[in-house]
Amino acid sequence: MFHAYANPARFLKIARPLTPMLIWTGIALAAFGAWAGLTQTPPDYLQGETVRILYLHVPAAWLGMGGWSGIAIGSIAYLVWRHPLAALSARACAVPGALFAAVCLITGSIWGRPTWGTWWQWDGRLTSMLLLFFVYLAYIALSRADGQRGGDGRIPALFGLAGTVLLPIIRYSVVWWNTLHQGQSLTLTKSTIDNAILWPLPFTLVGFTLLFAGIVLMRMRAMLAAGKVEARMRRMAAA
Amino acid sequence: MKAKHQRLALVGLGLVTIMGASGLALSALQDEAAFFYAPADVVGKAPPVGRAVRLGGMVEAGSIKKQGDGVSIAFTVTDGKASVPVTFSGITPDLFKEKSGVVAEGEFRADGSFAADNLLAKHDERYMPPQMKGKMAAAETLDTKTAQQ
Repeated sequence: MFHAYANPARFLKIARPLTPMLIWTGIALAAFGAWAGLTQTPPDYLQGETVRILYLHVPAAWLGMGGWSGIAIGSIAYLVWRHPLAALSARACAVPGALFAAVCLITGSIWGRPTWGTWWQWDGRLTSMLLLFFVYLAYIALSRADGQRGGDGRIPALFGLAGTVLLPIIRYSVVWWNTLHQGQSLTLTKSTIDNAILWPLPFTLVGFTLLFAGIVLMRMRAMLAAGKVEARMRRMAAA
Repeated sequence: MKAKHQRLALVGLGLVTIMGASGLALSALQDEAAFFYAPADVVGKAPPVGRAVRLGGMVEAGSIKKQGDGVSIAFTVTDGKASVPVTFSGITPDLFKEKSGVVAEGEFRADGSFAADNLLAKHDERYMPPQMKGKMAAAETLDTKTAQQ
């Protein structure tokens, strides 16, 4: 059933109207969540006003890891079914994923200075997240080099698969090791964040996720267009 | 078996191998990757005197004592099983208080006490507005009671 959407022409027909819808809804939800988080919630009993950084930090952490999940799924689909759109979707996740991983690290550092008393410590959670950021950079360099050398994208796909190892490490780092970073506040079923502070978070979480999806579609369309330009140039040169 | 199924099996096998390898590496790293020692870890087998280590746990209730010079403090770090006396001189982080998490950087002395040259406050996963603090304190007392039993 997915093969129907794997046709680039059909993909473009759906992606073209979907891109602005995702981006504008995402911006509206994230902006509302940010406004509510900055003005409509009480400060934390211990951290005071610095708690508000969580409305950006948590979505950034989620998308930093979600971006690599996208790369992993696209890579597996490409390795098994050899569909070029799958490789394209994996490559399109890399730059926004790296950006959100960086935002996660920076906001975490800004929060850590007043809360912990330090900008950075080499604890399990912080170190594994920094590693993911570097692995993103390596993936971006590798897939670009592979594209320029006319490779078939199999090597970046294998790298995307291998990098998946970091996701459970980041997720469980605060469980396996004693770390400076606090344990998990949110799981699917329960939260140790009081509802008065928590409620704007789903807005920024969904908002940034839609924005991320919109950016991925935009990048995929740009890559398809670049491929078309290249093919036409080659035909013109041959004629 | 079609080529597609063969590739699917190969990718699946690759994923399982990667996860297994990382699981082994992680369990081997267990102690090495710990950010700090808990008091129970160092009872009887304290790291050598003079080696830079971190000690983490809760600041015991009522244990923070200001020293005569005005900049030094002494307190006790506990994990419920053991406790270690700590001394520190300097500015403490805002979140450093009794019954809350702390990570002290420094070294052990020969008598088993800990000389800290830096304090980090550890925050837990609970977030709540200030007016709920009273309720939380009540719940916490209950927690410690059950832990003691």
